[in-house]
Amino acid sequence: MLQSRQISRKDAVIPGETEQPERASGERFGAVTIDSALANKTRLSTRALSVVPLAAAVALVIHLFLSTNEPAAEGRTYTLFLSLFFAVAVAFAITQRWWPALRARMRRLRPIFTVALLLLCAWQVITSGFRLLPLPYFPSPAGVLQSMINDRALLFDSTWHSLILLLSGYTLGVIAGFITGVCIGWSAPARYWGMPILKVVGPIISAAALIALAVWFPVTMLTASGVSNTRASYLDVARTLGAGPRYLIFRVAIPAALPTIFVGLFMGLGASFLTLVVAESVGVKSGLGWYVSWAQGWAEYGKVYAALIIMAAFFSTIMTLLFKLRDRVLIWQKGMIRW
Amino acid sequence: MVTPSLRLREVTKSFPAPDDPLRQRLVLDGITISLTTGELVSLVGPSGCGKSTLLRLIAGLEVPDSGELMIGSEAITGPSAERGLVFQDPNLFPWLTVRRNIEAGLVARGLLQERRDEVGEFMSLVGLEAFGNAYPHHLSGGMAQRVALARALINHPKVLLLDEPLGALDAFTRMRMQDEVLRLWSARRSTTLLVTHDIDEAIYMSDRIVIMTARPGTIDRIIPVTLDRPRDRSSSEFLQLRGEILELLHFAGGATPETILTARVASA
Repeated sequence: MLQSRQISRKDAVIPGETEQPERASGERFGAVTIDSALANKTRLSTRALSVVPLAAAVALVIHLFLSTNEPAAEGRTYTLFLSLFFAVAVAFAITQRWWPALRARMRRLRPIFTVALLLLCAWQVITSGFRLLPLPYFPSPAGVLQSMINDRALLFDSTWHSLILLLSGYTLGVIAGFITGVCIGWSAPARYWGMPILKVVGPIISAAALIALAVWFPVTMLTASGVSNTRASYLDVARTLGAGPRYLIFRVAIPAALPTIFVGLFMGLGASFLTLVVAESVGVKSGLGWYVSWAQGWAEYGKVYAALIIMAAFFSTIMTLLFKLRDRVLIWQKGMIRW
Repeated sequence: MVTPSLRLREVTKSFPAPDDPLRQRLVLDGITISLTTGELVSLVGPSGCGKSTLLRLIAGLEVPDSGELMIGSEAITGPSAERGLVFQDPNLFPWLTVRRNIEAGLVARGLLQERRDEVGEFMSLVGLEAFGNAYPHHLSGGMAQRVALARALINHPKVLLLDEPLGALDAFTRMRMQDEVLRLWSARRSTTLLVTHDIDEAIYMSDRIVIMTARPGTIDRIIPVTLDRPRDRSSSEFLQLRGEILELLHFAGGATPETILTARVASA
């Protein structure tokens, strides 16, 4: 029995094998079944694997066909970018055979990359192909890429300044919000006096475009709500275990409130992104927000889009880091949280 | 004469009525009872007879309107580690592992350093050595309740208060846990007050059974259980006592389904 299974694994790729029905009905936990299932998936996805390289190739061909309409320098960089993308896609499609982790990741990301490439194609066809959109405002992807490369020093510097401003504002806001939130959530007098102030002053200050205070509002609100909604029975149990107020606040109420506090941290991060961009385009003379309005002033829309792309990557990276932190801190909820 | 470990005299307690917050509703009326050291006493009665309130008063989580609650020769003024409380819901702290939950009492009192060795002892006492690093939501109901028991016992409470601790478990786990609780009790001989809905459980486990009436909660009578331990749930004495208590409860509480329902609504 065992031997026949081993044979059937070796010959798994040969169709019409006599062992086939037995293998299909074999038990789920057997290494044989799992192995052949994996092999099956790889074989099935060979056609699917070619989708991303194919999309890259289509983008490349369309670009080469249209690049006669554009300045030579812009065209070259974008050609290089697409060729590189194509080469990496092909390389990945081949190496995934021996690299299961890469295969799993590719299976997940394939549709996104394909659609992104096709969107780039569409963008290029609309802009430099048919010139459907007025030029200075809507450059082609090649133009945006070129601006990104030409202005890389200033863009890097702007990103750096945005990061510093965001992190200092966010940290300050989180600390202040956490402390006021715990006070308001725990003590009744603090809630009586603090809540009206919070409700009146909070939204006004948020609009005043100060990141720390914009973060402070949601963090305070949700920390307070989490702390004051601590299950009464946790506190009762802790009291009968001999807990004093310090234990009740720091070891019961705050841990119990952490899931809610994280909602506040996410909301605060969203608010801080918004205020960052507003603050930089209104007052601060550095950072990505400033760069966008500055480039806009000079009608260099390639640079505007370049900065917007960097901004998107910048924000989503920070968001991902916060998610990672949440997974780490709330490890005790593993399997329970759904967002 | 054995010294009473827990003594209640003429304890009354009322809460604002649920339908009219300005009116007080009497929940407990003139409760007088003494427990000797090492005794296991059950509280049985219809829903809404104030059993849980009585336990919360002894735990110090509620303040009585009048009357006297004493541990030894000291009056109860607030919650303390000398009176451990275990609820029907184990109420484990979900953010702490099993081990850290059991340690909680020591951490709260700043005794972890000197008594760290005991944590392992209590984990093996309730048979959970292998689950020290598990988080509570991975545990079954019976396991979680054993952690809750160990967490209360690590403080060596003079009085252990159990508020329907086995109420949420299935019948088999429940019987197994009754033996478990008896084993822990006979090993430590801490005075134990057990609230239960289950008459079999009360007869199987306790030295005395306190039968209460509802609205307001008063003590109807106290029945000593003199059967030898370990007890046999199917012996004729057991069944006879069970029949007597059931009859008593019927007269005492008037526990028709309807009154139970209204009492439950009133106590909610």
